[in-house]
Amino acid sequence: MSATITEPGTELLRVENVVVDFPMRGWRKPDFRALHGVSLDIKAGETVGLVGESGSGKTTLGRAVLGLATVASGSIKFDGVELVGTTTAQRRAMGSQVQVVFQDPYTSLNPAMTIEDILSEPLVARGGLNRADARKRVRTLLEQVNLPSDAADRLPREFSGGQRQRVAIARALALSPRLIVCDEPVSALDLSTQARVLDLFVDIQEQTGVAYLFVSHDLSVVRHVSHRVAVMYKGEIVEYGPCSKVTVEPDHPYTRKLLMAAPVPDPVRQKARREQRRELILAGEIN
Amino acid sequence: MTEANSHVLAPTPRAARQSIMSTVLHNPVGLGALIVLACVVLLSIFAPLFAPFSPTEVRIESINAPMGGEFLLGGDGVGRDILSRLVFAGRNTLIGALIAVGVAMTGGVISGLLAGYFGKFFDSLASWMANVLMAMPSMILLLALFKALGSSMFMAMVVFGVLITPGFFRLVRGLVINVKNELYVDAARVSGLSNSRIIGRHILLVVRAPVVIQTAVVAGVAIVLQSGLEFLGLGDPSLPTWGGMLQDAFANIYVSPTAIIWPGSAIAITVASLVLLGNAIRDGFQRVDTGPAKRRQKRGAPSSPTEPASSAEVVEDDPNVLLSLRNVGVGYSAGETTKEVVRGINLQVHRGEVLGLVGESGSGKTQTAFSILGLLAPGGHVTRGSIIFDGKEISNLPAPAMRALRGKRIAYVPQEPMSNLDPSFRIGDQLTEPLRAVLGLSKKQATEKALALLARVGIPNPQRTFDAYPHEISGGMAQRVLIAGAISCEPDLLIADEVTTALDVTIQAEVLDLLRELQRELSMAVILVTHNFGVVADLCDRVAVMQNGQIIETNTALELFANPTHPYTQMLLSSTLEDSVPRDLVVANQGAR
Repeated sequence: MSATITEPGTELLRVENVVVDFPMRGWRKPDFRALHGVSLDIKAGETVGLVGESGSGKTTLGRAVLGLATVASGSIKFDGVELVGTTTAQRRAMGSQVQVVFQDPYTSLNPAMTIEDILSEPLVARGGLNRADARKRVRTLLEQVNLPSDAADRLPREFSGGQRQRVAIARALALSPRLIVCDEPVSALDLSTQARVLDLFVDIQEQTGVAYLFVSHDLSVVRHVSHRVAVMYKGEIVEYGPCSKVTVEPDHPYTRKLLMAAPVPDPVRQKARREQRRELILAGEIN
Repeated sequence: MTEANSHVLAPTPRAARQSIMSTVLHNPVGLGALIVLACVVLLSIFAPLFAPFSPTEVRIESINAPMGGEFLLGGDGVGRDILSRLVFAGRNTLIGALIAVGVAMTGGVISGLLAGYFGKFFDSLASWMANVLMAMPSMILLLALFKALGSSMFMAMVVFGVLITPGFFRLVRGLVINVKNELYVDAARVSGLSNSRIIGRHILLVVRAPVVIQTAVVAGVAIVLQSGLEFLGLGDPSLPTWGGMLQDAFANIYVSPTAIIWPGSAIAITVASLVLLGNAIRDGFQRVDTGPAKRRQKRGAPSSPTEPASSAEVVEDDPNVLLSLRNVGVGYSAGETTKEVVRGINLQVHRGEVLGLVGESGSGKTQTAFSILGLLAPGGHVTRGSIIFDGKEISNLPAPAMRALRGKRIAYVPQEPMSNLDPSFRIGDQLTEPLRAVLGLSKKQATEKALALLARVGIPNPQRTFDAYPHEISGGMAQRVLIAGAISCEPDLLIADEVTTALDVTIQAEVLDLLRELQRELSMAVILVTHNFGVVADLCDRVAVMQNGQIIETNTALELFANPTHPYTQMLLSSTLEDSVPRDLVVANQGAR
């Protein structure tokens, strides 16, 4: 797809000891440390799932990779190039390589712009395409995310949540990025829509070889799309390994707690899981 | 996948994309104001064409002449034609207002955009300056200015423009700060767009509407202020203005009482049209945002073709049934049409059982719950069928009776715990108030009971939570507090609407455990509205699946999960991801093949 496609399996992103602080309101209040030295790596064409509960710092890590959160110390290397401490202009040049799909499909699209405007904006401003070429590319993108091509002339409000999220994915794909940070991209969607959008993510990865940093609070969502999974808890990664290990038989007590807490859609098995969870709590293995 | 896609691609009804302009033109007030303003502006621009005389032409014989003579509206105190002066004065007055508005808007919008978007140093400086300008008494300052700079009204309007700049500045800055954190602006940044492009494309669009509205209102204020200054005799006496004419007419009010009407009406009509136009534009924006306004329907008087049966006839034969919905429809009225969101459902809840009401967004599950509670949003009403609670029809109960029922026998736990606690009151006050009002407890008794309830719902330090404000506790705690409030009257029926959706999964497990214990302890019936089949499997005895306002399948939880009969239920259950194979194993298997 992209001219600079990386051989699958080579390292694309390396995050090392990243610390992010947020200033607290009020005079001389100490900063709130959202990330306590987090390290992570993503290979080309790979999905790394990032699971954690609210306040664990998973979204902050995604925003740090995107350059939307200020990194206090540590290093983020994309394809060998250091991103921490770069100027806005350098960062902008990287813009086309790392893209984003946000959680909320209702606020992530400008309500006053048509789908075509939304999708062609980065193409014209950054990709140097003229209007006609951009229009053609928009049709291809809409096709790629299974939206009808007449969607181009409509406004975001005319679409359902799942369709809007498809538009957001198309926008992320517009500049043929090599990494997409997906911040809870299916959390706001209905069950059946969620499954289809996840399949779309997988399909697109298989076609284009793009890598995902897939942030979610839902272990089962992450399990469905990730090759490797990192579990975050209070600003630290507590477990990082292959998906089949971390999401099925985790080592860390917190991951086990997460796994046990998610209810199974089957009354019989859920009853068993509930008993299991109760025993683990009584045994003091999880709290 | 193909079948599934066809569902996604179902054509969305194309919303009528009306422009602001056309909504304003369709609003009679807006249209009227616009026509009046257009007339005033055109008259002013082409003043020499309309005015029968020169505004400075003096005729001694027409001093304070009455209406209807050679001068149609009479003559002023010096013998000039009032009509001609009125038309020419419009020019000067409007130009003055335009200057003030132009200066204020340019300065305010630009500084507001920069301060809001970039923040930091410039924001502090600009905000400080805005505060200083706002603290200045503008009328006194302008009076002093006339003394210092002489009687140039246009100069005065420039200064007035500067003085009202903070209005625009604060408006724009506030809007920009809100939009700046919108996800689509983040997305634009990630796309690598430059700041100027982001401001131009994304931020100006949002700021535009409020600025237009503010401009209309400020223009009116500027006209009034300018006329006020001229009325005090501070304007340039050589230029005809409405304020100046007012002064002249006022001086001769005993000789020629009608002369004051014309400049006065000109000012009043112009200012009123500006303000009304501003309102019409604002209404236009709101209409475009939210669609046509819904008309409020009188509650308790459903305009139903099938009248709900009177309570005497519907004694429930099975005493074990606590709640029974028979062919219930819920509709929202918009104009003459009523849109049904719940379309004739039948549902029974037995005493002490947990019924799950599952469905995707828009399936009508929450509307069903609200219809039982009698808490439908404005415009919503039960269109048909009957809701029988403990042998009594409750769908047509008057509001006070329904309120009594809600407090004591039917309780409700909402989805968003935080937005259902008032941030300005302590948790304790919010718990004890209903206890005192509904159960008639004394303050001391209510406090004791509230503390016991908090302990009962598993809050580690009840006294501390009792004394805390909502922002001091976590979402999970807040949900426990709301559950404590709901069970305080030991209800027969608890309606829990997506109670765990906003919570983390570990907290969700704890809250579900709590609900299960409480349900057993109080042997209350629970209607659990949710979209999460895991939650249903965890808690429910029976399940009703909703789609498009109808119940498509009802069964015991065990049966429903084991043998879903309706294709939609089957599709939903197959969409759950809990059993999905880890992706790395999928890839490994594909590689092995």
